[in-house]
Amino acid sequence: MDLSVINPVLFVAGFLVAATPLIFAALGELVVERSGVLNLGVEGMMIIGAICGFATAVETGSPILGFFAAAVGGAVLSLLFAFLTQITLANQVASGLALTLFGLGFSALLGQRYVGVKPPRLAEVNFGPLHDIPVLGPVLFSHDIILYLGLVLVAAVWAGLKFTRAGLVLRAVGENHDAAHALGYKVVRIRTLAIMFGGACAGLGGAYISLIRVPQWTEGMTAGVGWIALALVVFASWKPWRLLLGAYLFGGITQLQLNLQGAGVAIPVEYLAMSPYVITILVLVVLSADKNAAPASLGRTFHASS
Amino acid sequence: MVRLEKRPQPSRAFSWATPILAVIATMIFGGLLFAALGKDPVASIQTIFWEPLFGDFAFYYRPQLLIKGAPLVLIAIGLSLGFKAGIWNIGAEGQYIMGAIFGAAAGLAFYPTQSVFIFPLMVVAGAFGGWIWAMIPAVLKVRFGTNEILVSLMLVYVAEQFLASMSLGLLKNPEGFGFPGSRNLQQYASAHNGELIAGSGMHWGVAAALIAVIFAYVLLTRHRLGFAIRVTGQAPKAARFSGVNPTRLVLFCMGVSGLLAGLAGLFEVAGPAGQITIDFNVGYGFTAIIVAFLGRLHPIGILLAGGLLALTYIGGDIAQSQLGLPAAAIQVFQGMLLFFLLAFDLFTQFRLRFGQAEVI
Amino acid sequence: MTDTPLLALSGLTKAYPGVVANDDVSLRIAPGEVHALLGENGAGKSTLVKMIYGLVKPDSGKMEMNGTTFAPQEPRDARAAGVGMVFQHFSLFDALSVAENIALGMENAPKLRRLSHQIREVSEAYGLPLSPDRIVGDLSAGERQRVEIIRCLLQDPKLLIMDEPTSVLTPQEVEILFKTLRKLSAEGTAILYISHKLEEIRSLCDSATILRLGRVVGHCTPAHTTAREMAEMMVGSTLKTPTRAGKTPGKVVLDINRLSAKSPSAFGMPLREITVQVRAGEVLGIGGVAGNGQDELLAALSGEAPCASGMIAFDGQDVGPLGPTARRKLGILTAPEERLGHAAAPDMTLVENAMLTGAAREKLERRGMLDWPAAKRFAEKIIEKFDVRTPGSANVARSLSGGNLQKFVIGREVLQRPRVLVVNQPTWGVDASAAAAIRQALLDLAENDAAVIVISQDLDELMEISDLFAALNEGRLSEPRPAQGLTVEEIGLMMGGAHGMEVAHV
Repeated sequence: MDLSVINPVLFVAGFLVAATPLIFAALGELVVERSGVLNLGVEGMMIIGAICGFATAVETGSPILGFFAAAVGGAVLSLLFAFLTQITLANQVASGLALTLFGLGFSALLGQRYVGVKPPRLAEVNFGPLHDIPVLGPVLFSHDIILYLGLVLVAAVWAGLKFTRAGLVLRAVGENHDAAHALGYKVVRIRTLAIMFGGACAGLGGAYISLIRVPQWTEGMTAGVGWIALALVVFASWKPWRLLLGAYLFGGITQLQLNLQGAGVAIPVEYLAMSPYVITILVLVVLSADKNAAPASLGRTFHASS
Repeated sequence: MVRLEKRPQPSRAFSWATPILAVIATMIFGGLLFAALGKDPVASIQTIFWEPLFGDFAFYYRPQLLIKGAPLVLIAIGLSLGFKAGIWNIGAEGQYIMGAIFGAAAGLAFYPTQSVFIFPLMVVAGAFGGWIWAMIPAVLKVRFGTNEILVSLMLVYVAEQFLASMSLGLLKNPEGFGFPGSRNLQQYASAHNGELIAGSGMHWGVAAALIAVIFAYVLLTRHRLGFAIRVTGQAPKAARFSGVNPTRLVLFCMGVSGLLAGLAGLFEVAGPAGQITIDFNVGYGFTAIIVAFLGRLHPIGILLAGGLLALTYIGGDIAQSQLGLPAAAIQVFQGMLLFFLLAFDLFTQFRLRFGQAEVI
Repeated sequence: MTDTPLLALSGLTKAYPGVVANDDVSLRIAPGEVHALLGENGAGKSTLVKMIYGLVKPDSGKMEMNGTTFAPQEPRDARAAGVGMVFQHFSLFDALSVAENIALGMENAPKLRRLSHQIREVSEAYGLPLSPDRIVGDLSAGERQRVEIIRCLLQDPKLLIMDEPTSVLTPQEVEILFKTLRKLSAEGTAILYISHKLEEIRSLCDSATILRLGRVVGHCTPAHTTAREMAEMMVGSTLKTPTRAGKTPGKVVLDINRLSAKSPSAFGMPLREITVQVRAGEVLGIGGVAGNGQDELLAALSGEAPCASGMIAFDGQDVGPLGPTARRKLGILTAPEERLGHAAAPDMTLVENAMLTGAAREKLERRGMLDWPAAKRFAEKIIEKFDVRTPGSANVARSLSGGNLQKFVIGREVLQRPRVLVVNQPTWGVDASAAAAIRQALLDLAENDAAVIVISQDLDELMEISDLFAALNEGRLSEPRPAQGLTVEEIGLMMGGAHGMEVAHV
């Protein structure tokens, strides 16, 4: 065992990358849940995003087009969920599970031809001299554009929810859909848009795994990141900045256990590999006390019967 | 304009027709999918649904139906109790794995002693393994209010890692030439869950599944606890008012579903699978969710739905070898089934009205 | 009245499957007029105002505003045309602030800071003090209503619709509200005032339209019409007042001693040292504005929220920690306010709903196994004895009308021969004849030596049937006093006066 092989600079840079898929997926789900909808299909939308992005990037040679396709793919799949829960008023838990089961299968089908293929690489953003600052340079200024987009998105969602009228309406719908309807807001339309935003974000998160973090395509490669993202939303009490913090925490743990595996620590690989899941459970236990932050209409079916 | 109108009474006819409509729609869209993959849609559907039952090799496939159907039904029965009450155990896959590990370990601990007590002991250990794994989310839910969906699911990944660790470490066959995986229980008579009638596919797991169906049926229609489950799912406040203790109900539903999933794992590892390996689990725990919904959370329905899904597994395998249909296509097919079911379910509670639009 | 009315409705008709909610309804409101819309539950008042507010579109008929056609497609259009509406339920967001709530109800809401300033101005001008930064979930019922009123006033409405505004107010708070409404009317704002409280209408309204079963059955000038005349127009028949023979109460059956409990929900009300005794044959009426601990008190008495040992004694036996089933076995039965979802499971049949609370006392269960034929007999007995209108016991609870379901729920408990019966809002949203039947059943029960506690927000009802009266205010129960001879002012003070709200200076 040799812990000195863990380079702190690479470690930090690595966990920023590890956290990015979580940031996207959880942020999308945060918006969906703020509108009062519980979409358990994050994992399914991520894996669809992962393969759509991967395939498009390989076929066109452009990773950026890949990310674009991933967002579209995730959003299209989420429309299925929106149809089930908003139009046919199906149970949200069951529909979310259906989305995940379907997404896992469908992505495997789409991805058959891409196993073992190497995707084109997305270049780092050129920060000029900033990149050469010791320590800070490699940690902060040596990443791809999507990683920075994730951070911008956190700020945008925070500001949008807090300061804009659209954000206020979204929160109102999540809080009390009957009241929002009585005031004349289109509950179903607003929720459908939120669900699509969530799908697009999950797709981007999935593509970040297949195009940048890994980068290759294997079946079921999201390996529960979508579910951790769901837990992260609870952890964050539905607040964007806390979500960022949580994503870094999980990114750090994931990166640390990978580094420890590499360093050949005496703990068996399997036990290191299960640590992110165990820690998710522990975090859920510790933070479950604060339930009041949840949107009051979360998971309830809306039907305008009057 | 079309609009929805809530029925004064849920429609009984639609409640039974929905699964059938869903199957038909899945066949149509599944056929389209297979056509898109360049396969003959009619031949594909026929291979999946007809071949295993009435094809030339039906004598071989029919017993497989029981072997594949038993774990699905066993797990789905357990899940359906919780789903009915609004308690979402979706980590049956993990409980299935833990049941197999506990059961196999109990048997292997006595290797090579022969005794009639070993198999019953394994059954108890397997049930315990699944139960204890389900009790983690259950206890955390009642004690701390954690979300059982997320915790039970996280534990699937933990169980999978544990399975890998066991088949590479503690339970590895010392005479296995270094290959991962435990001793084969099929070659250990006292621990083997063999066929009860040769060539029928009937093993103890099938018997357990049938018993579970009857048990669930009686529980839900005749027993106070079953009534408590149904009321809690439909109106939790009314259940509380009538005297249901929600804590005990969570522990019961999660416990039973874990126990049954554990049993399914044990019967599988001691019978058809034979040994603990890294890829021992093949997703029965997740497919059982589809089975539970397709069976309308009703024990008899689950029995039929379990048979149908088992058919798609076997038919899918045949289609894979005969037509080159990718394995993932069957997974998509099963996912579609759940989609259509959920969508058509609308008509149980609502009816469509054509005419003047309402401002919604 | 003036030549062009502000709002004229003619021949409005709206049908829902199986029921004609409004049938050829016509109505005229002049600017500045306070017009009452009077009718029983189910008479079609709500549907009518929803059409004016653009939430529902009429099947036929037309609306005119200031002489031009008015056909709002959605509430936005109605608001733009100068219609404001104060809802009875469902229109505030608990977790949002006052200012955010108000912004949601406005077109082109200004920035929050400016809006907050406007809220302060308007609230002072109309004697409705309200801080824009407070979270709505923490407000009292009266203050919540102010949020809605201010939301409307900020848009300079020409017509203000108020749906049962006083059902959540104490008599003192009603006076404050009326002052505000009179001021508005004097400034030229017309008010459409929906209520079934006749004395209020007589003191406030200039004219009244009475609806029955979706049709207009009469117009009147409330000041020149007696409450009884209006009531009979509303109901369409002469009303029977419940009767009871005077009786001396027996020994104490239920002894509540310093009962305190936290509220289970985030915006609920804790119970604070409630002490009261109820004797056999006695009816205790508990009044108070909604949200002052009514639901929590019922939960504590039913056993849904068991309390500490020593807080509740039944026949001298400590029952505090017991759950609902154990209490039922002893004879403590309850009927909560919310019929669908709490007292009854909406999608379950009446047989199953009979099983819901009847299992223990009616012996519908033996060693865990349920006796469905017996439950069916019990359900049918309730249907017959309480005149529940339904095709049969196999129908689901939500297919019944409010009044019929309430008769079923009350009947289910009454027929189990309770020693103590606690009911919350037994006649809320129930038509007059069903309400009378329910009140009579409660009185008959007391005749037969049961102790009855009626929690209600309908003071007339409480005065009619109670021996003792007490009021809940902020989770505290006032000293019970004999109901006979209590004045409205005394009752209002027991209910907490104006709840510490600043009195309007108009």
